[in-house]
Amino acid sequence: MALGKAVVVSLALLVLPAIPGPAAAGSAPGPGIPDLSSLPARLEAPVTQEAAILALREISDPSVGILLRALKDGALYRWKARLTVLADDGTLKDLAGQPIVDDRGQPVSPAEGQEAIALEERLFGLVQNLLDRLEVFGAEREARQSAAFKLGNSRDLSAIPVLAKALDRETDRRVRGVMQEALNRLSLSSPDAPARARAAQFLGQAWSESGLAQLRVVAAQDGDAEVKRAAQAAVRRVEVFLTWRNLTGYLFNGVSLGAVLLIMSLGLAVTFGLMGIINMAHGEMLMLGSYTAYVVQEIFAARFTAHQDYFFFVALPLSFLVAGVVGLAIESGIIRFLYGRPLETLIVTWGIGMIFQQSARLYFGDQTSVNSPSWFRGGVEVMRGLIFPWSRIFIVGLSLLALAALYLLLQRSYAGLRVRAVMQNRGMASCLGVSTRRIDALTFALGTALAGVAGCALALIGTVDPEVGKTYIVDAFMVVVLGGVGKLLGAVVASFGIGLSNKILEPSIGGTAAAIYAKVAILALVIWFLQWRPTGFFPAKGRAAEGA
Amino acid sequence: MTQGHTRRDFLKASALGIAGAGIAGGLSFPAILRAQEKGPIKVGILHSLSGTMAISEAPIKEIVLMAIDEINKAGGVLGRKVAPMVEDPASNWDLFAEKSKKLLLQDKVAAVFGCWTSVSRKSVLPVFEKNNGLLFYPVQYEGEECSKNVIYTGATINQQATPAIDYLMSPEGGGKRKFYLTKVKKVPESAIAEEYTPFHHQDYQTVVGKIKSFSAAGDAAVINTINGDSNVPFFKELANQGVTADRTPTMSFSFAEVELQTLDVKPLVGHLASWNYFMSLKTPENLKWVKAYKEWAKQRGIPDKQAVTDDPMMHAYLHVKLWAKAVSKAESTDVDRVLKALEGLDVPSPVGKYKVDEQNHHTWKPVYIGKIRADGQFEVAWKTKGWVRPEPWSTVTYPSRGCDWSKGGKGTYDTVGGKRVWLSEKQS
Amino acid sequence: MGPTLGRRSWDAHLLWLALFGIVFIVVLPLANALGFLSDYYLNLFGKYLSLAILALGMDLIWGYTGILSLGQAIFFGIGAYSIGMHMMLEGTGQGVYGEPVPDFMIWNQVYQLPLFWKPYTSFVFALGSSVVLPAALAALVGFLTFRRRLRGTYFAILTQAIAFAVWLMLNRNEMKLGGTNGLTDFKSILGFSLGQPATLRALYIFTAAALVGAFLVSRWLVRSKTGLVLQAIRDNERRLEFLGYNVASYKIFVFSVSAALAGLAGLLYAPQVGIITPSQVGVLPSLEIVIWVAFGGRGTLWGALLGAISINWLRSVLTATYPSLWPIILGGLFVTVILFFPQGLVGLGNKLRSLGKGRRIFLTTLGVAPASKVEGHPL
Repeated sequence: MALGKAVVVSLALLVLPAIPGPAAAGSAPGPGIPDLSSLPARLEAPVTQEAAILALREISDPSVGILLRALKDGALYRWKARLTVLADDGTLKDLAGQPIVDDRGQPVSPAEGQEAIALEERLFGLVQNLLDRLEVFGAEREARQSAAFKLGNSRDLSAIPVLAKALDRETDRRVRGVMQEALNRLSLSSPDAPARARAAQFLGQAWSESGLAQLRVVAAQDGDAEVKRAAQAAVRRVEVFLTWRNLTGYLFNGVSLGAVLLIMSLGLAVTFGLMGIINMAHGEMLMLGSYTAYVVQEIFAARFTAHQDYFFFVALPLSFLVAGVVGLAIESGIIRFLYGRPLETLIVTWGIGMIFQQSARLYFGDQTSVNSPSWFRGGVEVMRGLIFPWSRIFIVGLSLLALAALYLLLQRSYAGLRVRAVMQNRGMASCLGVSTRRIDALTFALGTALAGVAGCALALIGTVDPEVGKTYIVDAFMVVVLGGVGKLLGAVVASFGIGLSNKILEPSIGGTAAAIYAKVAILALVIWFLQWRPTGFFPAKGRAAEGA
Repeated sequence: MTQGHTRRDFLKASALGIAGAGIAGGLSFPAILRAQEKGPIKVGILHSLSGTMAISEAPIKEIVLMAIDEINKAGGVLGRKVAPMVEDPASNWDLFAEKSKKLLLQDKVAAVFGCWTSVSRKSVLPVFEKNNGLLFYPVQYEGEECSKNVIYTGATINQQATPAIDYLMSPEGGGKRKFYLTKVKKVPESAIAEEYTPFHHQDYQTVVGKIKSFSAAGDAAVINTINGDSNVPFFKELANQGVTADRTPTMSFSFAEVELQTLDVKPLVGHLASWNYFMSLKTPENLKWVKAYKEWAKQRGIPDKQAVTDDPMMHAYLHVKLWAKAVSKAESTDVDRVLKALEGLDVPSPVGKYKVDEQNHHTWKPVYIGKIRADGQFEVAWKTKGWVRPEPWSTVTYPSRGCDWSKGGKGTYDTVGGKRVWLSEKQS
Repeated sequence: MGPTLGRRSWDAHLLWLALFGIVFIVVLPLANALGFLSDYYLNLFGKYLSLAILALGMDLIWGYTGILSLGQAIFFGIGAYSIGMHMMLEGTGQGVYGEPVPDFMIWNQVYQLPLFWKPYTSFVFALGSSVVLPAALAALVGFLTFRRRLRGTYFAILTQAIAFAVWLMLNRNEMKLGGTNGLTDFKSILGFSLGQPATLRALYIFTAAALVGAFLVSRWLVRSKTGLVLQAIRDNERRLEFLGYNVASYKIFVFSVSAALAGLAGLLYAPQVGIITPSQVGVLPSLEIVIWVAFGGRGTLWGALLGAISINWLRSVLTATYPSLWPIILGGLFVTVILFFPQGLVGLGNKLRSLGKGRRIFLTTLGVAPASKVEGHPL
């Protein structure tokens, strides 16, 4: 289906040519005082509609915004001689928001078959532009910012005084920045050469990415040598900034992908790396974590609506427990009969994976989603235009935390000592009184529990569906094996190595399928690396190496 | 009864062992032939119920079952009940081919409702053509296909993509200039960037980064044709990196209400999609249909939140109705006669009168552009004035090519000097 | 250890194989020709039998030599794509567009036949390419890796990486192999229409005969001195190295043989199923082959054969009878069979047999390696 089906998954960007200003911008001043009484009639007639709208530009009254928005949305109705707006409840209100009542005091609805006043298609842009001009004075920060940005895009010089006025009144630092940028982008097309040069200089100083395309044009084509020079300097400055910014971005992307790989493979580093169990159901343990998050979220949505955001902090430890308990059950019920027969664990865990997948599908359905708590939405803007999403920062932190905890547990605790003893020499450990049975069960449970936490965290950035495990399992095995089986540090080096090289390669590959070729390049790297070091980054030494 | 019959045989065979299975199956085959004229009319449902495509295809199975149930409750077709044979091709294209062979050769179904991905359609197409089967395909697709044995109810390019891009470039959509199509690029090459990612891709950091730089000047839109699970990480990344709909709208072609339920909707409000139907349409027919489906879903144990309807579901529902009407009109389940009856046939639908084209086996429909609302629904932002004629061969890429299966028609043709040259004849 | 079969079971095995051959090569096609067995079932069995050849190859490399290759699906894909390309070319001009290149190329705006497609107009070349090319590729990969002492899990991950990369590339349209949609809509082979039951019957007979042939060759191989060396590699590679064997050459050899078998399987699969797409050429399909062999019984040729046929057949049946429950049933079957019959179906058969004879031993008759002897990481 879709175009994309034929060409794998595709994502096409399409630039829309910049919005030119309204045809009559600046040149057709309305009549001094618009004739409001004739407005309804003039708005209704297609011939006079444009002039009527332009006339509204001169009026500074909140009702103009309401009128224009209603006109654009097709909700403006004429009732007798008045202009009214169709409210959500189906009744008509006047421009001040008061209900219209008929002679008997009943609210009025549009008559059967009455059509809203139709806006000419070619005038949509004009109305939008006028609305933006009003919006820069609006109450909402986001809306002001967005309107200012659009005006900056409009190349409509008559918006300059509007923006300047808005800038005067603006107190919010970020919105002011956007307004200044918009103002200067407009000034770039000003007929006055010094103004253009000043604008170019400003945009350069402000590292304005949005003005770059325009600056390039000016730098190449402007008639004035001074302006040209200023623009060229600005372009250079912005470009240098962008290079650094992109580099920072790539590094962060790499670290963040590395953290994702690390957290998804930590559990496997325990079950497979340490214990040698080929756990093909590792992906499904991740899925359990994701579904735990989903269930907790639904419970919170139903019971504790006011504290919805806190669901994640319940879900995180709970997913550790749930996946751990399920892992314990799988170990004691099935896998313990298969120790020393890793092959069979492969097929058995594959079977378990199938059962889990389809059970999740039957029970939850496919359409499930985990919504980030509101404080994980968005991110922190570290440089202009470069946002590090909170959810990714969180995952980086969590993966490092999990790594540290696992390291301490295995290397610095008495329990860890026993685990290592059992894994290295089962017979000897058993002779010395270690309950190998219990250690096996708990170690396996630890591995699956870690997978559960990973699943819960990854639900913040990825899918929650029955197939989710499949997307992780291949990468997870690659990370664990590349690092050197049984080596925690190896997994760290492997995941961040793959993450960083992938994210640095991806942008440097041109063409339309960078993501694919970057992946292929990484796989080629892996193949080459294994040629070079056939037993991973940190090969096991001594007799332990024998079996690997 | 025939359905139970074969199944029992199959089970029996499984007990007998592999060699036995073939023989048992073989023996039951003449029995089916005899029963065909009297028992229920068998139809096949070929949608993945497991694997990656299950998210999109499982709801379609439900709506088809509901349509069949409605038909049966109203007395069936030609006085016979309709018996659905549900198969799970498990998102495996080879299994699609195998299952279509089973439905046509073994179960002798009168029609098959199925497939979602283009590759699954392509894999079953030769089977339907060789065995003169009848396939109803409910999803929008890339066009350039017009099989005698398929009724395509989903949108062709001119019924989804073209109007969507028109809209984006129109003043209402926020842009300005007109017409961008695959071949005639009135938009300069430099103004188009393309990016492709593998199936199940999870890491969209770089892609979204590129989108951000590309759209920094605020004059860009994203055409999203991502299929399946990758939409979730893509949209999450988009939202987290602050790409908002008012500055850089995303127009999706393969992302409807069903898929929208898998996302945290709040940051996506205002992004766009182009379809022939939205669940939020306020027509009386639609309200009735949505209510019926909600009730059906309740009976079937589907959570109310997941009981949403979307565009492919509507097409799937309607093509069952179209088939039933055509069978009644033809007074037969014979494929050729049903196809004849389908020409120009219409049924009432949530979007008004829904009609099969007289010639080209595709359907007429309106096109809507919807904006994502905070409640996980789309709000109609724009719609075509009338019904859009299906063009399996885009008039831009193939200005003189058409398709005609009506009386005397031989499929795809080129118009050369005012005369039709059939491609099927050109070949030999 | 391993299938070093005692002389006693020698005849019994050939007898079983003869019976298998008679049923599948003679009886089933005959039943089909006489109308007792439907075309659909015969075609379905043709598919299973070609997959059984694939499983035999996997058993040779993994079951007998202990090397887990997750790249078998690539070799299978080469076989299937080779014959697929030939069939596409045979059908050119009959497509929707009526152009002299396959339809999907027009769709991708390719109007000239790419150079690497040209030799595939020759049937002989396609045949050769589908068997020799996988073997050569395997030899190359083996040459590069086995001599570097890359083994166990690391070899599995390496082949997995190759399979993943090949899958990614095959999905791209610029490979000119049909992208995601793969190759489909084959019209005829050697001039015989694939719509004719007789053609499919002939293909089926070829497949069944090829399976029996592949079985005999594999059997001869594993019973030969080379076969003993291979099993010795599986059981203790280091010891064999100390004894002065060139382990790498043996590994390269068996890897090539298994790849050739996989290619042969692909060659027989594509015309019968009618489609080959990248989804058959990735990591997961490779893993599935491993599952078939493990389910049937690793390290026995019968195990591979029975595993491939039974799982695929079960999947066909269960997806029709229990469309939404079948993964649970099949997964549960994997768990129970392996839990109670560690040697898979073959182990189950042996147990049944030994129960029938009132004997308690059930491991040795088919010479299954007790898995507990396999040390350390098994991959």
